[in-house]
Amino acid sequence: MAKAKLTFTDVALTVNVPAGTRIIEISEKIGSGITYGCREGECGTCITRIIEGQDNLSEPSALETRVLKDNLAGRNDRLACQCQVLGGTVKVKPG
Amino acid sequence: MTSDAPAIPTADAARPLLQRPKEVADRVTWIGALDPALRNFDIILKTANGTTYNSYVVRGSAGVAVIDTVKQEFTEEFFAKLEEVVPYDEITTLVLNHLEPDHTGAVPEFLRRAPHVHIYVSPRGLQVLRALLKDEFERYEVTTVETGDTVSLGDRTLRFLTTPYVHWPDTQCTYLEEQNLLFTCDLLGCHYCDARLFNDKVGDFRFSFEYYFDHIMRPFKRYVTEALDLIEPLEIDMIAPGHGPVLRAHPREYITHYRRLITKRLASETGAEKTLLVFYVSAYGATAQMAEAITEGAAESDDVRVSLFDIQGGDVTPFIDLIEEADGLAIGTPTINGDAVRTVWDLLSSLVDIETKGKLGAAFGSYGWTGEAVGMVEARMQGLKMRVPEQGLRIKMHPTGDELEDCRDFGRRLAAHLAGRPVEREIDMSALLGR
Ligand SMILES: Cc1cc2nc3c(=O)[nH]c(=O)nc-3n(C[C@H](O)[C@H](O)[C@H](O)COP(=O)(O)O)c2cc1C
Ligand code: FES
Ligand SMILES: [Fe+2]
Ligand SMILES: [Fe+2]
Repeated sequence: MAKAKLTFTDVALTVNVPAGTRIIEISEKIGSGITYGCREGECGTCITRIIEGQDNLSEPSALETRVLKDNLAGRNDRLACQCQVLGGTVKVKPG
Repeated sequence: MTSDAPAIPTADAARPLLQRPKEVADRVTWIGALDPALRNFDIILKTANGTTYNSYVVRGSAGVAVIDTVKQEFTEEFFAKLEEVVPYDEITTLVLNHLEPDHTGAVPEFLRRAPHVHIYVSPRGLQVLRALLKDEFERYEVTTVETGDTVSLGDRTLRFLTTPYVHWPDTQCTYLEEQNLLFTCDLLGCHYCDARLFNDKVGDFRFSFEYYFDHIMRPFKRYVTEALDLIEPLEIDMIAPGHGPVLRAHPREYITHYRRLITKRLASETGAEKTLLVFYVSAYGATAQMAEAITEGAAESDDVRVSLFDIQGGDVTPFIDLIEEADGLAIGTPTINGDAVRTVWDLLSSLVDIETKGKLGAAFGSYGWTGEAVGMVEARMQGLKMRVPEQGLRIKMHPTGDELEDCRDFGRRLAAHLAGRPVEREIDMSALLGR
């Protein structure tokens, strides 16, 4: 299966994950400061800054795009409960 | 009882006093509600003096705006005041600076009576307004506004300042440009009910002002700072908050005071050093030994200042100020009856009063056979939005010499994270199974 490297800079840890993994599946287990509210892409609590590898993430859904906009998220912000890592290298930190 | 004592407005006496609208500035009228009997607000605050829900009408040459409303149980008296000031068909604009029910209780009924009004909320206010109005949301004209956006009422202009998280995501302030008047809703407010309404007329409300800050605004210090950055450059002749006195005498002093309250309380002598606080509780001394070794290990770093505290049996409140200013927090607890000990929970639950987001957290402790306390503390730290980069350290019963060295290493790694020079690690996802 295709692999990807997902780095959480706030805890200095890189996790080798299969393509398709969502950030939410990993971040809590390793103690990253990314936090969650609804876990369903509605509340914007999990806004996460993508430091590197923006293009290696799944396209945001209409819902994610709207929630990011409502929460005045920046260009490099994504919802950790929604976006999937598709391959390559992705570096993130809490938004 | 002598009868010549001055008339102090008691809870009961205050009620009839402000049943009429009150002009607070030229063509700006207070139409709020007094709630002198309230003794408890949002569960977390005591309100010995009750509170007020302040709503205002602003009249311009080509439009009339209502700024915020009141709690639902005061709907009737709100409409009675409103109708005295302006007929519904003349109202053009409804500004909602904050959508908590204490300010939006009358909104659904207001919209039934004046469905033609144009509603203005902050961008994050939109989803809260949708949740408030449910199916009726689609019927109304709603615009989201950001810092710098304006709405003209003819010879009066409302300018918006997006000031999120003071104390909800939706909060904003509205500035009446021609009169240097700032509507702040919860910000710069307080729970103090006094029908004399103006800060230079009411009783001594300074305690309420600070108490309110401590419990409502303090956990959002970072956002209060951003809000003040937007507000301070404005000319301000009056602050009209959503609770408590209207600040017309020395309004800037209240802003300055907020600035003081968000500034570090203790002038620490640590300079550029990062600070790590180690707290522990220990029944038989095992966790205490761990705490000392962790402290030793962390203290080897010149750029990290470590402090150690045994919190058993003590009052944890004095530590809250300390934690607020610290960069990292390590908590040690034995597992007792399958749980962390009460003092540790007391400490952790008190942290709702401050901002902990992004601080470093770590847990450790001795145990006998199950040892779940450490994981529980870590979970709570994550709930407090802290980062917990090192997996908690658990040791069975009293630590051996080797295990004490593990503790020192744990301390060294915490210090490295704090100092921004952690050892980068790489693992496979399979290593996380069972976590
Ligand atoms: C009243 C009591 C209840 C305990 N319950 C548990 C338990 O549920 N799970 C466990 O792992 N250890 C349990 N222990 C064992 C302690 O965690 C263990 O003795 C530990 O080393 C104490 O650390 P301390 O010296 O720092 O207090 C219990 C001990 C006592 C005295
Ligand atoms: S947790 Fe609510 S949007 Fe991700
Ligand atoms: Fe509020
Ligand atoms: Fe309020």
